[in-house]
Amino acid sequence: MPAPQYAREIPRRYRLEGARCNGCSKVAFPARRVCPSCHGDAFAPITLLGKGKLVTWTVIHVAPSDLAMQSPYVVGIVELAEGVRVTAQVVDCDPTELTFGTPLEHVFRRVRTEGAGGIIQYGYKFTLA
Amino acid sequence: MRDVYVIGLGLTRFGELWDESLRDLFVDAAKQAITDARIDRLDGMYVGCMSGGLFVEQEHLSSLLADYLGALPIPSVRVESACASGGMALRSAFFEVASGASEVVLAGGVEKMTDGADVTRALATASDQEYEAYQGVTFPGLYGMMAREHMRRYGTTREQIAAVAVKNHGNAVLNPNAQLRAKITVADVLASTMVADPLRLLDCSPVSDGAAAVLVASAEYARKSQRPLVKVTGVGAATDTIALHAREDLAALDAVARAAAKAYAQAGRGPRDVHVAEVHDCFTIAEIMATEALGFFELGRGGLGAGAGETARGGRIPVNTSGGLKAKGHPVGATGIAQVAEIMAQLRGEAGARQIKGARVGLAQNMGGSGGSATVHILEVA
Amino acid sequence: MIGIVGYGAYVPRYRVRIADVAAQWGRDADAGKKGDGLVEKTVPGMDEDTITIAVAAGRRALARADVAPRGIGALYIGSESHPYAVKPSGTVVAEALGIGPNVHVADFEFACKAGTEAMFCALSHVRAGEMDLALAIGADTSQGAPSDPLEYTASAGGAAYLFGRGEGVLAEILHTHSLTSDTPDFWRREGRAYPSHAGRYTGQPAYFKHLLGCARATLEKSGLTAADVAHVVFHMPNDKFPLAAAKELGFTRAQLDLGFLVREMGNSYSGSSPTGLAAVLDGASADQVVLLVSYGSGSGSDGFVLRTTPALAAARARAPFVKDELARRRAYLDYGTYAKYRGKYRLKD
Repeated sequence: MPAPQYAREIPRRYRLEGARCNGCSKVAFPARRVCPSCHGDAFAPITLLGKGKLVTWTVIHVAPSDLAMQSPYVVGIVELAEGVRVTAQVVDCDPTELTFGTPLEHVFRRVRTEGAGGIIQYGYKFTLA
Repeated sequence: MRDVYVIGLGLTRFGELWDESLRDLFVDAAKQAITDARIDRLDGMYVGCMSGGLFVEQEHLSSLLADYLGALPIPSVRVESACASGGMALRSAFFEVASGASEVVLAGGVEKMTDGADVTRALATASDQEYEAYQGVTFPGLYGMMAREHMRRYGTTREQIAAVAVKNHGNAVLNPNAQLRAKITVADVLASTMVADPLRLLDCSPVSDGAAAVLVASAEYARKSQRPLVKVTGVGAATDTIALHAREDLAALDAVARAAAKAYAQAGRGPRDVHVAEVHDCFTIAEIMATEALGFFELGRGGLGAGAGETARGGRIPVNTSGGLKAKGHPVGATGIAQVAEIMAQLRGEAGARQIKGARVGLAQNMGGSGGSATVHILEVA
Repeated sequence: MIGIVGYGAYVPRYRVRIADVAAQWGRDADAGKKGDGLVEKTVPGMDEDTITIAVAAGRRALARADVAPRGIGALYIGSESHPYAVKPSGTVVAEALGIGPNVHVADFEFACKAGTEAMFCALSHVRAGEMDLALAIGADTSQGAPSDPLEYTASAGGAAYLFGRGEGVLAEILHTHSLTSDTPDFWRREGRAYPSHAGRYTGQPAYFKHLLGCARATLEKSGLTAADVAHVVFHMPNDKFPLAAAKELGFTRAQLDLGFLVREMGNSYSGSSPTGLAAVLDGASADQVVLLVSYGSGSGSDGFVLRTTPALAAARARAPFVKDELARRRAYLDYGTYAKYRGKYRLKD
């Protein structure tokens, strides 16, 4: 991932910054210019708490090449307390510890790397709360 | 809008075609379609291809393929909608003819996937790059989550899901162009390597090279071609969130349902009228969910239907007589067109050992990514 | 009153048993136990590094301090395993914690004492009145070469200290002292995967000379004796050295106990004495004097005398305790998996 593309995502990947629609109060993560719910275009910034529940998950065995050494790993859809859902890895647990609704909290981890010489790409993952 | 017909079809073999380049594949299929149509006129072309750029570092397919087809200087457009690129190419060709702007338009699709590119990475571009792919989820992973939700909500079993692969492999044995022409069993599916829990290797369509093309024409040129008349009676397309996590319902394909509703309405038909369907089984669970979205089964009962053989060649609604993406192969951009080619063959009575007797109404459903875009085409014997 | 207004520590959940490391190299773990009596050590997950550990510890420090991150004037990260050779860990950690942009950031390196160095400098800024709040973090995911004795001890972990003034001070810093000389007992050249060390030279002329010298100087500065100190934390490269240092200085085993984590944790290098201090703060009563003396090869020691305040008990409840973290949800790795996690395999490019 090119450095500018990576850096632009920092507020979201590092701090879970999203936006609450002034019109319908629904939270969008990432923030958007058009509310996916009411199509309004006025928002207030909101930083998500990073606490949520597991909606569903999979265990990736055949991974993209830079994650091959980490497979198998869990990827889940997490519903955050603010009502918005994200896709993220669920780490530091055995898949058998997960079920529908498992409480999770976010952690800051290395997400991707580009070989031995590229920038290290950080972001959010989740662990058992 | 005036009536639109499909008058010629062309298909390469699907598989690991080491000796065939992207341009060779496309030209091969396109020439077959033109020859099949017996028409010496071409006003325009649409090419569906997901990513010439990432697979073989080739964009500008509009020019490249018109050039190598010998079709210069006609207008040519490359259409991209991930795995729905082919269906969208057909839809575009349909409207160009339906509007009266053109008489005969080629709708083709091609993908060259086996030259060594990181296929997982390339396919991941059909998902939300920043909020799905970045996190390390793959396409089998996205469909794996849909499968888990479908199983949780409706009690769909692993065996019912596996039955889709078994059926499609059985059909592909009868398809000379198919990539994987070997029978498999449910036990084989459940014993195959885990890819993204709960989906295993035999739940996933393969990586394939291939191309397909159809010729779309006005009534006047359909009659000139003197081939059995097959009319495109319904064209529907719709979009949904790109990210799976943003969907209202993780176990339903809303874009497919909406595209189908549009196509059925236009054709004046319903699910019960369809005699044969080609459905987008990029993964086994996708076929189950698509058959529900198309109205062949009630929501949640697609697994039961697959497990009970209702989608087999002898069943109530034969699905994927070609072998589907799973066994016929899935050269991404070509798939949407190849589905239509199979329906055309069925409606013309030219499907050989795969023929569904009395097939007069057929449906092709093509879908992009995890369901973010979809097309449904209904074809009928005219 | 100037001192620690927030603190937090983090250890990864993965472990490898020292006996398994010894068995890998055909050595008898029990014979080794007399010296380095470690049971197990922490192993960072494949998606963890000094930066992620620093963020986790930093979040806990901020939770205990209950301050707005934007008010923090400096952020220093001390480590011997910064993820980049050139690009500061501190900028990533600052962005992740919501600190900045009006913040001074620097990375420190001084083998195992880079964490206390960061603390020393952060504290100084607050003392000098240049800023109200300054954050210092010591964190490491250090490596021991396969079959080298360091492989028995090199582990991962970190702790963060937010320095400030006023009512929110949980532990007042009374005195500090630093002692340094050029003593090449342990080093790593640019581009080398693993550090080198000078064997037994790392003992008396290195660890003991500097740590004992700094401890004595710090106590003298503060006018205190060993008996006045309720809890003492030393850098813990193994269990033998800090036990011997404590004995030499007249400290009892009881005084060392609260912060003596090395047997279950290993040596987390720049995280070692900082996590030991965090364990002390997790358990100390109010108005207790704490002595912290670090050691970093190369060599030097930083000494701190602190006194806990009544505000500590309420604030520390806001984040997990080090000993609870060490005890819960441990996942043991066999040596092969441990080697994979630590990147010891030569992979295809």
